[in-house]
Amino acid sequence: MLGAMPTVSFTANLRRHVDCPAATVQGSTVAECLAAYFEEHPQVRSYVLDEQARVRKHVAVFVGSEQLTDPAAQSDPVGSTTEITVMQALSGG
Amino acid sequence: MTLLVGTRKGLFSLERGRNGWQIGSTDFLGEPVTAAVVGHDGATYAALGTGHFGSHIWRREPGAKFVEVGAPAFPERPADATDVSPMTKTPWPWTVQLLWTLENGPAARPDELWCGTVPGGLFRSSDRGASWELVRSLWDMPERTSWFGGGYDWPGIHSISCDPRSADTMLIAISCGGAWITDDAGATWAPTHGMRNEYMPPGEEYGPIVQDPHRVARCAAEPDVVWNQHHNGCFRSVDGGRNWTEITERPPAVFGFAVAAHPTDPNTAWFAPAIKDEMRIPVNGKLVVSRTTDGGKSFQVFGDGLPSEHAYDLIYRHSLEVDATGDTLVMGSTTGSLWVSENAGENWTTVSANLPPIHFTRFV
Repeated sequence: MLGAMPTVSFTANLRRHVDCPAATVQGSTVAECLAAYFEEHPQVRSYVLDEQARVRKHVAVFVGSEQLTDPAAQSDPVGSTTEITVMQALSGG
Repeated sequence: MTLLVGTRKGLFSLERGRNGWQIGSTDFLGEPVTAAVVGHDGATYAALGTGHFGSHIWRREPGAKFVEVGAPAFPERPADATDVSPMTKTPWPWTVQLLWTLENGPAARPDELWCGTVPGGLFRSSDRGASWELVRSLWDMPERTSWFGGGYDWPGIHSISCDPRSADTMLIAISCGGAWITDDAGATWAPTHGMRNEYMPPGEEYGPIVQDPHRVARCAAEPDVVWNQHHNGCFRSVDGGRNWTEITERPPAVFGFAVAAHPTDPNTAWFAPAIKDEMRIPVNGKLVVSRTTDGGKSFQVFGDGLPSEHAYDLIYRHSLEVDATGDTLVMGSTTGSLWVSENAGENWTTVSANLPPIHFTRFV
């Protein structure tokens, strides 16, 4: 598809806290895509990643229909039509 | 006067009306609010622990809505860092797990805020919360790696007390890492002495670095007097927290988490005792407040208006507070009850028995 790019979108639960509209981004790994997204939306970064740039313990990232395999460095590859979805893992009460 | 009550499910602001204290407004409903302070600038700062999405700080100017500002964050953990838990040998996380306390800096620096975290980081903001910096002089002390967790997996800084007489003097307390004083605005730190941990091995009971002060509270008008509800009992200092003297007799028990220091009378303080460390409930299921008015030589026990049987409320560190007059006190429990006394702790009125677990109370 001409001009196709990966997309990043977020659970509605995160949209309660911070403005995080879905967006198309450039990148060949999840880390690159997230970095591109945070470039445009810097306030979202600390909600998704901790200070050591790992995906937060209770955040789940899906790459297409698969769970992210490398939450520490997000090196999972993405294609030009991959949808990256940031969800919350279940926890608490 | 407004009463802020931070809970596991939101921040509640209460006002005193004709019919007593009532909830006036709610913020962050459904979210854990772990600390709050009203700055010298009149703005309210609230710390949120969103559970899934990390910890964040929001600021509300008078009459406006809360907006997110900056939040404490640790720097990248160096690849050659060797800091591990003395108990589990697990590497220290250089990530904020809890924004445990927010405090103002000295009046001379009205834009300054301080935050204590789990794990045991002390952070300073010099720009009203817009940005925060880890106090490396404390974090980089070799002694830090000897601190260990109490109720949480990692140690945390829960008490930050500026000395109103000196803008550069500050006392902090850590569970479990003792209490420390700086006299040079955080450049260097000295441990404090006299606390005793009965559970440590023989010969180690007085080690200043392994102490578990649960909460320290300073007399505002006589800042040399500081009270300390410690894991092992109750202590008082008459030299700004540099040396502590144990108070061994306090009915109905010396264990507890909270302490409130009278703002002007250095001999008066209030405590909320619980049975002991391995039994953290009120003695005989009866909730009481213990008050001394003679510097800890004797105590009076007050329970009027508080539940007298089958009460399992625990009053946590930041949930027993006194106002600037010394007459009005508030107490909130881990089971979501809130009481106010308007006669220095002698009688209490229930404000609510149905709040979420209470993290802190604060008159502002």
